[in-house]
Amino acid sequence: MALVGSPNSGKTTLFNALTGLRAKTGNYPGVTVERKLGSVSTPSGPVDLLDLPGTYSLLPISEDEAVAVTVLRGELEGEDRPDAALVVADATSLERSLPLLAEVIGTGVPACLVLTMVDELKARGGSVDLFRLQRELGVPVVGVVGHRGVGIDDLRALMADVKKWRQPAEPPPFDTEGRFAWADRALAASARRQPAESERTRRLDRVLLHPLAGPAIFLAFITIFFQAIFTWAAPAMEAMESAFDALADGLLASAGDSLPMHLLADGVVRGVGGVLVFLPQIVLLFTVIFFLEACGYMARAAFVIDRLMGWVGLEGRCFIALLSSYACAVPGILATRSIPSPRDRLATILVAPLTTCSARLPVYALLITAFVPARPVLGPFTLQGLTLMGLYFLGATSALLFAALFKRGLLRGASMPFYLELPPYRFPSFMAVGVQVWRRVKLFLRRAGTVILAASVILWFLLNFPRTAAPAGASANEARQSVIENSLAADLGHAMEPVFAPLGFDWRIDIGLIGSFAAREVMVATLAQVYAYSGEDDDTAGLGIILRRTDPATGKPPLDLPGALALLVFFVYALQCVSTLAVMRRETGGWKWPVFAFGYMFVAAWSLAFAVHEVAARWLQ
Amino acid sequence: MSRNKKGADQAGDGLHLDDLPRLGRARVVGVAGTGPEVTRLRELGFVAGTEVSFARFAPMGDPMCVRLRGAELCVRAREARRIRIEPLPGAGGDA
Repeated sequence: MALVGSPNSGKTTLFNALTGLRAKTGNYPGVTVERKLGSVSTPSGPVDLLDLPGTYSLLPISEDEAVAVTVLRGELEGEDRPDAALVVADATSLERSLPLLAEVIGTGVPACLVLTMVDELKARGGSVDLFRLQRELGVPVVGVVGHRGVGIDDLRALMADVKKWRQPAEPPPFDTEGRFAWADRALAASARRQPAESERTRRLDRVLLHPLAGPAIFLAFITIFFQAIFTWAAPAMEAMESAFDALADGLLASAGDSLPMHLLADGVVRGVGGVLVFLPQIVLLFTVIFFLEACGYMARAAFVIDRLMGWVGLEGRCFIALLSSYACAVPGILATRSIPSPRDRLATILVAPLTTCSARLPVYALLITAFVPARPVLGPFTLQGLTLMGLYFLGATSALLFAALFKRGLLRGASMPFYLELPPYRFPSFMAVGVQVWRRVKLFLRRAGTVILAASVILWFLLNFPRTAAPAGASANEARQSVIENSLAADLGHAMEPVFAPLGFDWRIDIGLIGSFAAREVMVATLAQVYAYSGEDDDTAGLGIILRRTDPATGKPPLDLPGALALLVFFVYALQCVSTLAVMRRETGGWKWPVFAFGYMFVAAWSLAFAVHEVAARWLQ
Repeated sequence: MSRNKKGADQAGDGLHLDDLPRLGRARVVGVAGTGPEVTRLRELGFVAGTEVSFARFAPMGDPMCVRLRGAELCVRAREARRIRIEPLPGAGGDA
């Protein structure tokens, strides 16, 4: 059976109520539309329920609608045609949701109508006679309150016996105007009284969408958002970081200094752990996003910011996705699923990695503390703090600039009309929010367990092979240094030197760049290994000193100020992150766009880093 | 279709949804043009005979939010100019 309904119709809540929160998620074959399948127990045994993407109509304009309509017609390869369809409609706005039922009946699949939020309809003084509506429409009608389980048993009983469903003798009209007229007629004959405007919504919107208070609250919302990402998640992240370090050290200490143990400790635990530390941030981020989404505030935030986003050719919903990218581009790219226009969505995906994700922070911190003096500039601001702010600003403006560029060039075309529904404010069920957060977390964990694990292991091999015997009498550090200097990674670093020498990076920094590919902050750990820095693991100031100290072998420090600034700018732009590339491939359905994104960001990173290096070398030294 | 004395503006004949803020309430006459964008607007509920009322502007004046068929829907001025409306019979023109 299939579940059909418009966004905000209460479809997801109903799906959860019927399937008990157990759903298998994946993608439909060949497209990037999410597929959700659950099992419903009914008096006649379990029934598979397929949650079709939320659509206002079945005219295949968007990818979501195309999937919904081809599934209902039984034309999607690899997907069985459903035996019946449950059409979900919000009882408070039936005038808008009933025409979809006409379309579903038109596909020939037996349909029934499920009215959600019948409690809210009553509370707001509206009504509809379900018995008469059933007669007028010619299909079974059930009223439910999804989050309270009201009417769910009636629905189960109905689902048990599709053969008994009455269907209309003659199909409803197919054209748009006809379908709306059909719906209006049926409602008029069913003692329909439209509910009054939700009092709570009217009061809240008077403040939240007030011309002055609205934007102020929006700014406060963004501040809290950043606070959540950076401050509230910090203790949990630090705890996880030290736990992984302790685990790695413990492994080495207890099991001896053997190579497999080093692989396990340095390659697997520290490598994958370096990415898993973002878990608290991701959980918090998605909890905030999905909670506000379910309340109805996200749509308002998009409404408030839409004009500004319109200037760069995007829309309000893109802003929300870009905001998530400040934690990590992976959830940001997943959040673009709420953007209906495919072009806007693609443009947002392509620029999301330019916003300053938190994985860049450790690298920025290392380089800024080492190379930028902590000189006070203005009031509480120091040169270091301003540099960090500047990097964030550079990332944000570049993202918007490139988005504007793509929308005017590559992704130009007849744009979809912008529309956004402001649903009434509703208090979300914690269960539903929890399930959505968990689904995103699962995606993240799966990637950490596959792509990132593989990348970490490969990196470890590159840094440790081939094994060379250390010169006799060498200290542990010198032995380590000798392994690295003769490793495959060193060969790669040397091979990359011609490309990066103009930016002021030597082969060791280049190895760091390879390392940053697994996750950007791995750069710090990799450099620590490369420079055989044996101090405390997270004492980045120590590593910073090594980076600035003159190397007796070359008579130069590993990195000078122009080189450091170039490296910072390089990190603002370059897309060196396997997880982002992997999620881009998944969400755009192929390698074309991730390769393009990598290419344009590399060109931007190299050129701007080169420019900064040249300018700094001339003026700052 | 319905012609209104005040409505002969740059967007062609008659009133359009961007005139709704001063009317307060009106009735949809139709959406001009063809193609998927027009279809989409009609599917959202902007079909002939539907009553619409103005809800609010976004803080920067665009998009605007209108109420129709029991829902609140935001559209940008660009789309609003494509939706033809007529005053409700008996309603005062200037709100």
